[in-house]
Amino acid sequence: MLVYLDNSATTSTAPDVVAAMLPYFSEQMGNAQSVHSFGQRAKAALEKARRQVATLIGAAPTEIVFVSGGTEADNLAIRGIAEASGQRRGHIITTEIEHPAVLATARALEEQGVAVTYLPVSRGGLVDVAQVGRAIREDTDLVSIMHANNETGTIQPIEEIGKLLGEAHAAGHTRIYFHTDAVQSVGKLPVNIHSLGVDMLSMSAHKIHGPKGIGALYVRKGVRLGKILFGGHHERDRRPGTENIPAIVGFGTACELAGASLEARMSRIADLRDYLERELNDRIPGVRANGDPLARLPNISNLSFEGVDGESLLIALDLKGVAVSTGSACSSGSLEPSHVLTALGLSREQVRGSLRFSFSQYTTREEIDYVVQVIVEIVDRLREMAPDDDAAGVRNASAQS
Amino acid sequence: MYSSKVADHIANPRNVGELDDPSGVGDVVNEVCQDRIRLSIRIEGGTLAAARVRASGCPPTLAAASVLTELIIGCPVSEVQNLGRSDITNALGRLPAAKTHCAVLAIDALRNALESSGCAHPHFAGS
Repeated sequence: MLVYLDNSATTSTAPDVVAAMLPYFSEQMGNAQSVHSFGQRAKAALEKARRQVATLIGAAPTEIVFVSGGTEADNLAIRGIAEASGQRRGHIITTEIEHPAVLATARALEEQGVAVTYLPVSRGGLVDVAQVGRAIREDTDLVSIMHANNETGTIQPIEEIGKLLGEAHAAGHTRIYFHTDAVQSVGKLPVNIHSLGVDMLSMSAHKIHGPKGIGALYVRKGVRLGKILFGGHHERDRRPGTENIPAIVGFGTACELAGASLEARMSRIADLRDYLERELNDRIPGVRANGDPLARLPNISNLSFEGVDGESLLIALDLKGVAVSTGSACSSGSLEPSHVLTALGLSREQVRGSLRFSFSQYTTREEIDYVVQVIVEIVDRLREMAPDDDAAGVRNASAQS
Repeated sequence: MYSSKVADHIANPRNVGELDDPSGVGDVVNEVCQDRIRLSIRIEGGTLAAARVRASGCPPTLAAASVLTELIIGCPVSEVQNLGRSDITNALGRLPAAKTHCAVLAIDALRNALESSGCAHPHFAGS
């Protein structure tokens, strides 16, 4: 049996999405900037997709900028604000657990003179709203905090942070732009830019059964972004380059599908996730769930298996046809532990023994039963193989359970 | 990422456990990544008659520990003494460059086991 539980890395493209895309590779191959009928049909498809994407997050179509994916969306938001001021000054507030697309962009700006505060998170991975308030400086011009974490699924209090920033503005602070990377939450939670109170929001198609290589940045009307790419006047002069119409059409279709019966689909996925966690907890001693137990996405379970190396578990699972991911990687004898799990305060061993299971609408109960069965076997084998001092505790516990 | 031989040793580790009456035991830890191999060997009449291994850590460490036992059981001690890192990597097909330290750890375990049995590894004899 092949079981794909790495849907936070990427998802399969939905058959309806593929079907919607196909004509735009061949007979509908026009350039949306062309004035002839081929171009105008491409333009119509582009604008339909823009409406579909905007609808999913409660935005106006003119506020959607198509980009190559989540990474470019994050870059455009963060660098775009810095470029708009034309100066390398100012102050950004972000967190220690952001996606590398945000962290690396912030660090690059830091090297150019922008000040950056990286907020810590709680043991559950939550940002403290009051701490965001305390981090605001006179020159703070951007806050970038992810909506839901890609490793743990922990959902940040974005609405409260949005309110806090609004209050700061009302109290006389110059406007602080608020960006959120919602790549993991869009299509998993109801996401509405008005209730979140954000000025910019990053999205990616391939996390919601759309194609790879396409995403969008929502930019609230009135937000001035500088350029990070130079070329033509596409996307209301915000993102040059011929529009990738097949991918954009696929993204629009994926957004429409994601919005349909969202809560029912996610409730079923959350049930499967809870079932997996319950079964593993009942059958394997030394399993710990990482992240906040309540404020979390329905489709991610991050677990640490005591006394087991995550990569060994991952490879052994892969040999049984099960695809997951781990927060630990060993390279040249040095561990490169997940910056997210490390920020949560997990011990080195807990990070090392971590696995992320991420579900999709296609995941079935039979698949979870199979995964539980093989994990029980593999963890038992790996613990049996470990030297006594490393595994005696969990082996003994296993014998008693 | 890993060869089919590494995969096979992960799925079916060989000679796992600990000898009751070993001639020597090598228990080594990579201080950086904490991977660990514990090898017990029994030498009878100049031959490495039996070996059992336990290991914890990343996949190549488990595979290297497992394949090491296949390389040494039934071999004259004089041959076993000359095994090196490349013998482990060759037996596993290949290892990513960043993982060759796992083969080194297996050879270190062998070296320590031989030393504790009174049969020093020639590369380290007298050092």
